[in-house]
Amino acid sequence: MIAEAGLAALWLAAAMALFQIGMAWAGASGGADSPLYLRATRGVALAQGVLAATAFAMLIWVFARSDMSVLLVVDNSHSLKPMLYKLSGAWGNHEGSMLLWVTVLAVAGAAVALFERRLEERTLAATLGAQALIGMGFYAFLLFASNPFARINPAPADGQGLNPLLQDPGLAFHPPTLYFGYVGLSVAFSFAVGALLVRDVGPAFARAMRPWVLAAWIFLTIGITAGSYWAYYELGWGGWWFWDPVENASLMPWLAATALLHSVTVLATRDGLRAWTLMLAVVAFSMSMVGTFLVRSGILTSVHAFAVDPLRGSFILILLGLYIGGALLLFATRVGTVKQGATFEFVSREGALVINNLLLSVILGVVLIGTLYPLVAQAMGEQLSIGAPFFNKVTVPVALALVVVTVAGPLLRWRRDTWRALGRRMLMPFAASIAAAMLLFLFARDAGLYPILGLIFAAGLAVGSLLPLVGRNLRRTPLHIWGMAIAHLGVAVSIAGMAADSGFTKERLAAIPIGESLEVGPYRVTLADVGPTVGPNWSALEARLEARRGEGAVFLLRPQQRYFSNPVTSTSEAAIATRWDGQLYAVLGNGSDQGRWQLRLWWKPFVTLIWGGGGLIALGGVLSLVGRLWRERRKRQAEEDDE
Amino acid sequence: MRRLLIWLPLAAFLLLLGVAIRGIVSPGERAVRSALIGQPVPLLKIDPLFEGRPGIDSDALATGEPILLNLFASWCVPCIAEAPQLMKLKEEGVPIYGVAVRDTPEEMRRFLNENGDPYTAIGDDRTSQVSIALGASGVPETYVIDGQGRIVKQHIGYIGSQDMDELRKALEAAE
Repeated sequence: MIAEAGLAALWLAAAMALFQIGMAWAGASGGADSPLYLRATRGVALAQGVLAATAFAMLIWVFARSDMSVLLVVDNSHSLKPMLYKLSGAWGNHEGSMLLWVTVLAVAGAAVALFERRLEERTLAATLGAQALIGMGFYAFLLFASNPFARINPAPADGQGLNPLLQDPGLAFHPPTLYFGYVGLSVAFSFAVGALLVRDVGPAFARAMRPWVLAAWIFLTIGITAGSYWAYYELGWGGWWFWDPVENASLMPWLAATALLHSVTVLATRDGLRAWTLMLAVVAFSMSMVGTFLVRSGILTSVHAFAVDPLRGSFILILLGLYIGGALLLFATRVGTVKQGATFEFVSREGALVINNLLLSVILGVVLIGTLYPLVAQAMGEQLSIGAPFFNKVTVPVALALVVVTVAGPLLRWRRDTWRALGRRMLMPFAASIAAAMLLFLFARDAGLYPILGLIFAAGLAVGSLLPLVGRNLRRTPLHIWGMAIAHLGVAVSIAGMAADSGFTKERLAAIPIGESLEVGPYRVTLADVGPTVGPNWSALEARLEARRGEGAVFLLRPQQRYFSNPVTSTSEAAIATRWDGQLYAVLGNGSDQGRWQLRLWWKPFVTLIWGGGGLIALGGVLSLVGRLWRERRKRQAEEDDE
Repeated sequence: MRRLLIWLPLAAFLLLLGVAIRGIVSPGERAVRSALIGQPVPLLKIDPLFEGRPGIDSDALATGEPILLNLFASWCVPCIAEAPQLMKLKEEGVPIYGVAVRDTPEEMRRFLNENGDPYTAIGDDRTSQVSIALGASGVPETYVIDGQGRIVKQHIGYIGSQDMDELRKALEAAE
């Protein structure tokens, strides 16, 4: 019954979305009755959110109970699984993640309906209509092509299990985090479409959109950071970014959202960059859609899922075409009627933000082209893949230029400034870079060009990002200034980590018998023992490694080769020891017949800075969001008191 | 200039969409390769799809003569295109073992009635587990297996008449 209840809730939610489109249309048209329709739209959006959430809750319930009469549970779960992975099995698959997607979409729409007070009512109606229109496509997709509640008859005794690679707390929470980000961008998209429809683009619209962009961007930042760390420790290859299409799929919306975040600020504070901001809102959500669905449908990695089920692939493509094509068409036809915003000099905060946007767009373009090029080449009859060397070579120089703009931007005044003043304010960051360059020249001359440049630029950015705080009364400094400083500092920290990892990592790979040692970086690692061990739904071979740094204390590392029975798979669990100055990373490989064991060891100096920096970036976003929302609340209260 | 810029994103997107549609309509050869070439067929025991017809047991694949292992499905459009080639190979005396991926007996019966039935045995891979074990990239996909039960060739995508010579050569070499 639970599955049927879920399906019923899903149908009702879809009906509500349809209803919402109609109500919003009537409300936005501006007739005599439109205030009535507007109120109705808000109510319907709320109902849709509740119904979609109910459907998703039912799916989780079915998974929690291991109800093997539901096909999706059979395919993705097993009664012996730990509860956390039973639950995450609900969204660790195609149908479930689609349902999660539409649920977050509907709940976000409900939140807009409940809390949005800044927008003009007609714009709000158009926004809610657009949000429901996006939802409609996904409801149709779920109900007609990938029903998550389908039953199987007769029910099998037990399920298939979940891909063991996905059995990790990090990955249980990773997809939802990214989805919140993607769907937050859907709200920004709906705002843009709504504003284009009623031709109302201005600071009020930007201020309404900004918290959504900021929240989406925070989730994306956390999702990417966590995903990168997950790949690093779970896949056991010692790398943290592979430029894999799946990774790029999350990076592209983040790049667009970063650009949007900066341009929406220009629109909110200076009423500039109107058309550009709308364009970015459309692009950012398009990137989420292109990313999620092209990867989900497998067209990028192998075109595989299209072969598995051509209907699904075509359905996704039709949705993509309708939404993105429709929004771009709306943009092209309407943006001419959007009045030009305020103007500014080239040397100004706005100018720096425009350069920042352009550089981010260049990186986005490179990643997009690099990701999709194999597809294009295939259409022209060639097989090829594009890997890390291409992406690194093209993006690193642009990213370094972006670092300079990131330092300069916050040091510039709005509207107009002078080169001279900028030069004076840039002295400190420049000095920091010179100092870093000298240190590197003395101690690490052979680290490679990009790592050295990365560290030099990171030093400048670290100092530069804190400058906006210098000379202020720190306790009275608005929270969003703190947020900006910390986020920019986080970028510097991340870059330092990436540069240190690629410049200074030491690697050893050898097959050694028990009792023998290997040296890697400052460590000496002895293979003490290899023995069996068991977990809740796996068995493993576990190595005991005794590691020692110089004359320091001995500590143990226990890398494993895990075997899962449902489905039959093996994974290798890396063992990682974290120290203040880096990580020792050990992977157990196969045993060979002469009693030797393959060991792979890395010493990665300061690699943790990569994710620490990501955390700082997200923290900066959270501070900005809290600061902005709080500020607006106070302002509104003050206005109410005046009345 | 400005007007042109405004329409550019839409144009770029439509171009991309065209490429993607082409990707669906005429999928090229997939880049995914099984890591199993040169290795024995992984231990498999696949239940029969139909009652009264044999399933597949990987021990039984080492028959001393080369065979084809064909992953297919009734819902797979390219599988219809490759059916005549499979019938031809059957007439030439090649044993063909079928793995029905995510299929049902009723649908399969209809498919075989319409397109011919070249299969010595058909295994039921309702949950894609066999495809995963084989490292397959999708359907249709065909493996040439030698007399000792080793995979010697993986053919990704449908078997067209242009692929027949290559397949026959692989079958001959596998003896």
